[in-house]
Amino acid sequence: MHFGRMRSALARLAGLFGRDERDRELAEELEAHLQMQVEENLRAGMSPSEARRQALVKLGGPTQAVEECRRRRGVPVLEDLWQDLRYGVRTLRKQPGFTLVAVLTLALGIGASTTIFSAVNPILFEPLPYPQAERLVSISETFDNGARNPGTFGMYRGLAERSRSFDALAVYKTWLPAMNGADHPERFEGQRVSFEYFRVLGISPALGRDFQAADDRTGGPGVVIIGDALWRRRFGGDPAIVGRSVTLDDSPFTIIGVMPGGFDNVLAPNAEVWAPLQYDMSLGSAWGHHLRTLGRLRAGVSAGQATRETDALGHAVLEEQRPETYDPRVKFVVSSLQEEVTGGVRPALLAVLSAVLLLLLIACVNVTNLLLARGAQRRGEFAMRAALGAARGRLVRQMLTESLLLALLGGALGLLAAQFGAGLLVALSPPELPRAGAIRVDAAAFAFAFGGAALVGLLVGLIPALHATHGDLREAVQQSSRRTAGGQQLTRRVLVVAEVALALVLLVGAGLLLRSMERLFAVDPGFDASHLLTMQVQTSRRFDKEATERFFAGALEAVRRVPGVTAAAFTNQLPLSGDDDEYGAHFEGDDPATAYNVFRYGVSPGYLETTGIPLRRGRTLDEHDVAGAPPSILISESLARRRFPDQDPVGRRVQIGPANGPWFNIVGVVGDVKQVSLVSSQPDAVYITTAQWLFVDRTLSLVVRARGDAAALAPAVRQAVWSVDKGQPIVRVATMDELLAASAAERRFALILFEAFGLAALVLAAVGIYGVLSGSVNERTREIGVRLALGASRGHILALVLRQGMKLTGIGVAAGLCGAAAASSALVSLLFGVSRLDPAAYLGVVALLAAVSAAACWVPAWRAARVDPSITLRAE
Amino acid sequence: MDDKTIWQGTLSLMILKTLEALGPQHGYGIARRIEQTSGDTLSVNYGTLYPALLKLEQEGSVSSEWGLSDNNRRAKYYKLTRAGRRQLAAESREWERTTVIMARFFAPAEES
Repeated sequence: MHFGRMRSALARLAGLFGRDERDRELAEELEAHLQMQVEENLRAGMSPSEARRQALVKLGGPTQAVEECRRRRGVPVLEDLWQDLRYGVRTLRKQPGFTLVAVLTLALGIGASTTIFSAVNPILFEPLPYPQAERLVSISETFDNGARNPGTFGMYRGLAERSRSFDALAVYKTWLPAMNGADHPERFEGQRVSFEYFRVLGISPALGRDFQAADDRTGGPGVVIIGDALWRRRFGGDPAIVGRSVTLDDSPFTIIGVMPGGFDNVLAPNAEVWAPLQYDMSLGSAWGHHLRTLGRLRAGVSAGQATRETDALGHAVLEEQRPETYDPRVKFVVSSLQEEVTGGVRPALLAVLSAVLLLLLIACVNVTNLLLARGAQRRGEFAMRAALGAARGRLVRQMLTESLLLALLGGALGLLAAQFGAGLLVALSPPELPRAGAIRVDAAAFAFAFGGAALVGLLVGLIPALHATHGDLREAVQQSSRRTAGGQQLTRRVLVVAEVALALVLLVGAGLLLRSMERLFAVDPGFDASHLLTMQVQTSRRFDKEATERFFAGALEAVRRVPGVTAAAFTNQLPLSGDDDEYGAHFEGDDPATAYNVFRYGVSPGYLETTGIPLRRGRTLDEHDVAGAPPSILISESLARRRFPDQDPVGRRVQIGPANGPWFNIVGVVGDVKQVSLVSSQPDAVYITTAQWLFVDRTLSLVVRARGDAAALAPAVRQAVWSVDKGQPIVRVATMDELLAASAAERRFALILFEAFGLAALVLAAVGIYGVLSGSVNERTREIGVRLALGASRGHILALVLRQGMKLTGIGVAAGLCGAAAASSALVSLLFGVSRLDPAAYLGVVALLAAVSAAACWVPAWRAARVDPSITLRAE
Repeated sequence: MDDKTIWQGTLSLMILKTLEALGPQHGYGIARRIEQTSGDTLSVNYGTLYPALLKLEQEGSVSSEWGLSDNNRRAKYYKLTRAGRRQLAAESREWERTTVIMARFFAPAEES
């Protein structure tokens, strides 16, 4: 029985095809039946015509049998759908203008949201690309005031020995080894990792072997694992690479493995070389906070349980091994690695996602409005079909099929647009965006686009479908189809108001971000950023301090000779580049426990002059401040104000770094500089010549002031440096303006997207207002004609229509202002220097929206004013 | 409406029984046989016969192929499949049981 049912279901599905053939067969069969009946009747003695008549009476009309068989053969719902689809395609093709506008609008909405989804989904919602990624955690030391310390090697050892919460623990730090040498010198990005780093992530090398405990001990072998891209780029994908030797930072390393091509190292996306930490516990830096700690939770252990255990163990370890510096206020927190990696960009991404969903909503409202207008025009057609026996449900289904068709077309086009959009987004994305490599239009984005399109199709289709088939359709047949129900106009107006309100919310977001950006770039970085070219030079580890100094001095001399260069200098940390070198500064006479945290700039004489950092007091550093001369130091204005209020710091002494280091004489005070970012307010800094610094600064940034275009000088400057020694790699070549822009990249990213979405929303809202007003003017042509005939002036009519449009805009603006005020709280973390209720942003947006909507109203109003009363009155 | 549904259920059974008795047969032959057997109290028209045949064919109880009738006319012949025979057997038993039970209900009360 079951079998029979399944068989007939299959037969029915098959029946959807070859339908004409089957109809023909059935007709032949019925005809044969009829003929046999006729022959039988003839044999019974009837006349030929009587025999035929009787047979027809007996067998009934063939139509019913044919219909019944058809219904039984196919699946009625599918057949209706097919019919609706064909009908829908026909109607849409008949109105190419409408179809184009609707499809493009939906494609814009769906394309933009799919693009953003394809970026947000892997970053915020998908697990990290590792096996059982939910078990990956980071471990940090935090304080109640929100301060967080990086981990220490001592704590890693302590936890690794005692903790039961983890399958494996690892620590890592950044490593930027150089391949010095006359053949292409290159600097790599990499990591120094404890031996279980890859085991924690759950990824093993594709070639060779992973690190082992034996690799990761003081004085262990020089071994390195390289990334797939580096393997292909530098070693031609040599399958026999394992065992080969490479020289990094002038030390030999043996390549023991190659990571798989798909390995996505979310903690350092550009890293392509990894070496064991080989930490020397005896050096005394085991408790220095400069490592990051991550772990893989044991199956079944929650982050909360791990936090409790780790906190207890951490305190025990510190109390036992570091009693002199143990601070009981420290808290050890185990948190999801996903959150750690993506938490920073979450607010910006969620803001952008909300913005694009607003845009999608506006696009939907717009298309709903278009469909409503079209539904009103088609009332006559629906009335006719209803009169011919179509049920209301069938008509609604027909309209929904059409809107779904529009939405799916829009979705397909949108998906295509998203392919480009995703590429554009990656190009625009700020460097701090984690997992940018995972941004692609994948299956999830595909599902999003088409799921979204289907939903949108139903959403935009339902209201118009109900409207168009609503009420007594018979009436509509009798009346002119021009007349529309008042309710339909009301709905359209409400939708336009909603559209204006939504557009305003988006535009206010864009306005606030724009104002923030203005404020941000109005911030004085503390130096003259224009016409500055910068590049980082990393010297060989074989150079001793003297050789390093000699190389940099020679390079400087060569660079200064390059035509177009007006000044040049070196610094160990470049503002706004991500460089960070901080020390404790201890002033003479202060309690040894009070140290000021300062940026230590190791510079060549002439750095202040080259960058344009102003000297406030005393003298700058010059060529007399060399090794052996009395140590000289400059301090920043803010530090001078803090430590020496109302006193002259010049002539005072300060110690930087170790307590056994030299005392530096303060010779001058200089202006404050933004080091970390334009937003950051930490400006305390000291400047010392590299020659007088305690250690060797091997990696320095060259700063060059150009007479004209700074970027154009780059090749010549690079050649000048290499003219001294061709073996030293040069990286991070950028103008200061580029660095400045990059430091605001996350805000700029959000701003560009908000601007784009806001602009699109503005256009859609304008089109919406225009559409509703033109529709209304068309319907009121007769009324306007009467008014004109009765003596109304054209100016009066113009004002009438304009007033109608501006009233809608006004209501929309009022609603939008409330919405924007509420929604702006989502943007707070991206704002700088402006309140989320910044009046200038709100007023500016209202003015813009009012102007655009006035322009959109003007055309229909003008048309209304040009109505010829004699023609319109005669028309009816 | 009710009339028709009962009629359709039993019609399928009649068609199967007819095909069992006559062997392969075309639609007209089946209709005539049912009418004759019923003593011309039933009249089979297009609208009931062909949908019923289609249903039986979809369920796999009968199969059809084109052939020539006695008068050399092209006609579609239906024949019982093995599944159809099984179904007929099962439904005949069911039918007999039902008629026996129903007969008992309508028989004059003998014991009392």
